[in-house]
Amino acid sequence: MSSEGTIEAFVKSRRWYGFIALALVVGAGWIWLSAVPAAASTGDLIPSPREGFLAPDFSLDLLGGGEVVLSEQKGKGVIVNLWASWCPPCRAEMPAIQRVYEANRDRGLEVLAVNLTYQDGEREAANFAAEFGLTFPIPLDRTGTVARQYQLRALPTTFFVDREGVIQKVIIGGPMSEATIQTAVEEILEAGS
Amino acid sequence: MLPILQVGPLAIQFPGLLLLAGVWIGSWLIDREAPRHKLPSGVLSNLVFIGLVVGLLGARLWYAARFASVYIENPTGLFSLNPSTLAPVEGALTGLVAMVVYGQRKQLPFWRTMDALALGLAALAIAVGLANIASGDAFGAPADVPWAIDLWGARRHPTQIYEVLLAVAVFFAIWRLRQKSLAPGILFLAWLSLAAASRLFLEAFRGDSVIVFDALRLPQLLGLAILLAAMAGIQLRARKA
Repeated sequence: MSSEGTIEAFVKSRRWYGFIALALVVGAGWIWLSAVPAAASTGDLIPSPREGFLAPDFSLDLLGGGEVVLSEQKGKGVIVNLWASWCPPCRAEMPAIQRVYEANRDRGLEVLAVNLTYQDGEREAANFAAEFGLTFPIPLDRTGTVARQYQLRALPTTFFVDREGVIQKVIIGGPMSEATIQTAVEEILEAGS
Repeated sequence: MLPILQVGPLAIQFPGLLLLAGVWIGSWLIDREAPRHKLPSGVLSNLVFIGLVVGLLGARLWYAARFASVYIENPTGLFSLNPSTLAPVEGALTGLVAMVVYGQRKQLPFWRTMDALALGLAALAIAVGLANIASGDAFGAPADVPWAIDLWGARRHPTQIYEVLLAVAVFFAIWRLRQKSLAPGILFLAWLSLAAASRLFLEAFRGDSVIVFDALRLPQLLGLAILLAAMAGIQLRARKA
């Protein structure tokens, strides 16, 4: 008998029913063994720069004075945008971020546009903010700490953090369209509100 | 993890590139397999292409429908190249519907067409695993096994690597099985069984499962249901022949 014949004969036979029953029992047993409490599967409480995880906390000086702590923004949705003045897509998307910020500030949106000062300069950052008329806080990453915490690999990178401090969306690269930013803002303002 | 491949001034999103390569190799294999299943070869790559294009359009439109007011104000956002503004599940369903419609118009025989797709799908599954290695998606649960990897703030099961190993094994199983002459549909259902069994097994190590009934992993329940249905289907197809 050829091997084709053997396979066809086997799947037609009653032994195949036994095989299906075996799959049912083993499969159900495996599901039972790998059952977990609902809370165990989410990364909510571990800080990591990824959707579903707590946004890594930072505390930075602001352009023009003052200081900001990310974890103190709880209760607000926060856009954490990492940028530099020499990065063309950062320039291209900043006006859209400003417009979204103005439209949603009253609903509890904060924007922290973190300047990578260690690869840029405070004067360049200040000129950039003046040029685009930016009204949200601009934290200065002078040492690259935040870039490391957020595993920055491309500029710009944007993290959308909900009211509980959990990252809901990460967008690597740009420029983002206004609609892209606005829909992400809807998601973070809805989640945890 | 290697989400970005830096080639001189170009930052290439590596996971997307791997997926694209998987689609390309998969559809090449599908075309190559067509004669074996007595199908004209050009039609199948059209079928795949239509599924992809309509699926992509559908994913964007469904996403825009969810946030209709935003897109009415900024309609140009519809043409954004940003993959984060896609609705993947709805998009996949739209693409499937388009493929069914096209297949019926071209009067493609259902089971033999599915058989021809099996090897390409198995190849695509390997590419998905590799893309997950590059992006760190589909990550594992925290674990203290010696081969655990540091990812997303914990030592975790390298589920992406398990996924690639199993996908390679499934690919070679289908590679061997396709050389036998089987009743139409069996090859595809065999792939479906193996893919569902892989999901059922691997999901146990994942750290991002969707949980239902407060404890059970939803992909495992779906995996088991699909596995049993496909196995029953294999018998029905064999008896028909």
